[in-house]
Amino acid sequence: MIDIEKEAARIAEQGESAPRFARDPVNLPMINNWLEAIGDQHPGYTEVAPPAMVQVWTMAGLHGQRALDDPLGAMMKILDEAGYTSVVATNSDQTYHRYLKVGEHLSVTTSLEDVTGPKQTGLGEGWFVTTRSTWWVGDEAVAEMRFRVLKFKPAARSPEPASETPKAQAIRPSINRDTEYFWEGCRVGELRIQRCGGCGLLRHPPGPMCPECGATKPKYLVSDGRGVVYSYVVHHHPQVPGKQTPFVIALIELDEGVRMLGELDGEPSIGLPVEVVFTKVDDELTMPSWRPRADR
Amino acid sequence: MRIGDSLPEWHVEATPTFVISTALATRDFQDVHHDRDLAIQRGSKDIFINILTTTGLVQRYVTDWAGPEALVRQVNIRLGAPCFAYDTLKFFGQVIERSQQDLVVEVVGRTAHGDHVTGTVKIEVPA
Repeated sequence: MIDIEKEAARIAEQGESAPRFARDPVNLPMINNWLEAIGDQHPGYTEVAPPAMVQVWTMAGLHGQRALDDPLGAMMKILDEAGYTSVVATNSDQTYHRYLKVGEHLSVTTSLEDVTGPKQTGLGEGWFVTTRSTWWVGDEAVAEMRFRVLKFKPAARSPEPASETPKAQAIRPSINRDTEYFWEGCRVGELRIQRCGGCGLLRHPPGPMCPECGATKPKYLVSDGRGVVYSYVVHHHPQVPGKQTPFVIALIELDEGVRMLGELDGEPSIGLPVEVVFTKVDDELTMPSWRPRADR
Repeated sequence: MRIGDSLPEWHVEATPTFVISTALATRDFQDVHHDRDLAIQRGSKDIFINILTTTGLVQRYVTDWAGPEALVRQVNIRLGAPCFAYDTLKFFGQVIERSQQDLVVEVVGRTAHGDHVTGTVKIEVPA
């Protein structure tokens, strides 16, 4: 097992890399190739380069070898070895202290600023690697950049959507200190509404602070679990894990006065009297949903 | 050029030729920007635009609007959905700050998959 954070700290400690020089001085042929490809017809780039080209000058090139002290290269190698083989750039913040003149020869120094992960991203599990680079002409800093890449394990190709996804794959709520009383309640068959410990105001969805009096010691009240449909949507598309479309998501106005979102099993209509039902997904999770009341 | 002014919408057709020629013009030879087979093997749908090109496009969008006298001081961008070959990249922008000659323009570049780029460009305009 590679300790990625430890390796990152080791690389960060090494500080700035030695200056690495651009292959070529700032030159018109490369500027013109860039303008042509980007389609930029700005007439001003005859003696100075477009600022956004700054990184181009010091790119490693087709057969580029990273310098041994290059912190981004070193970090990429470690993450490659740890199985995070793919990379995408996510942020680039460039500051240009001045325009670069044709003939000037740039060098660049880079240090490792931050490595965070592992994070679940849309592309797969990965680490965000942030570096800081400075471009120099002689000993004058002419531009700076904070650059972040995501180094990730490509997610397995998602199979064709199954006609029915098992319940265990249902989207799970994110439970935190503000909301755990609610999910705890669901597990024991109680629909709990947050109630301010200061002024008694009922509120939903839960939050850390009472919007009325500012108290931060919430309690809860167990609801009767009855209400009426205040509004609803019928969801047809896109597919949702653990659900079969179409399904109804309703905003229920509880008898206690607060409104709560949930799935409604039945034909929806505004004002329809409903009651809560609890469906156990697994030992940790029970989901509340709604059904039309028998006594309506 | 006042706070709240909008930039005209601008569309870029990201043809494979565009993706590849800009990657090479920015000296970015990563295979995902020119080799579709390898791009797909690496979990991508197709080749996609590299970040140096996105920076260049964002700069161009703002200077096309502000005129050649405007000086570019900063380009900060955050990438979201990749801009793949055959996508249309639509740019939108608005002036969000101005103090004398310094302006900050907020830019969004969007494809059918979502926001490809969001960012700000700081420019200095003639008095």
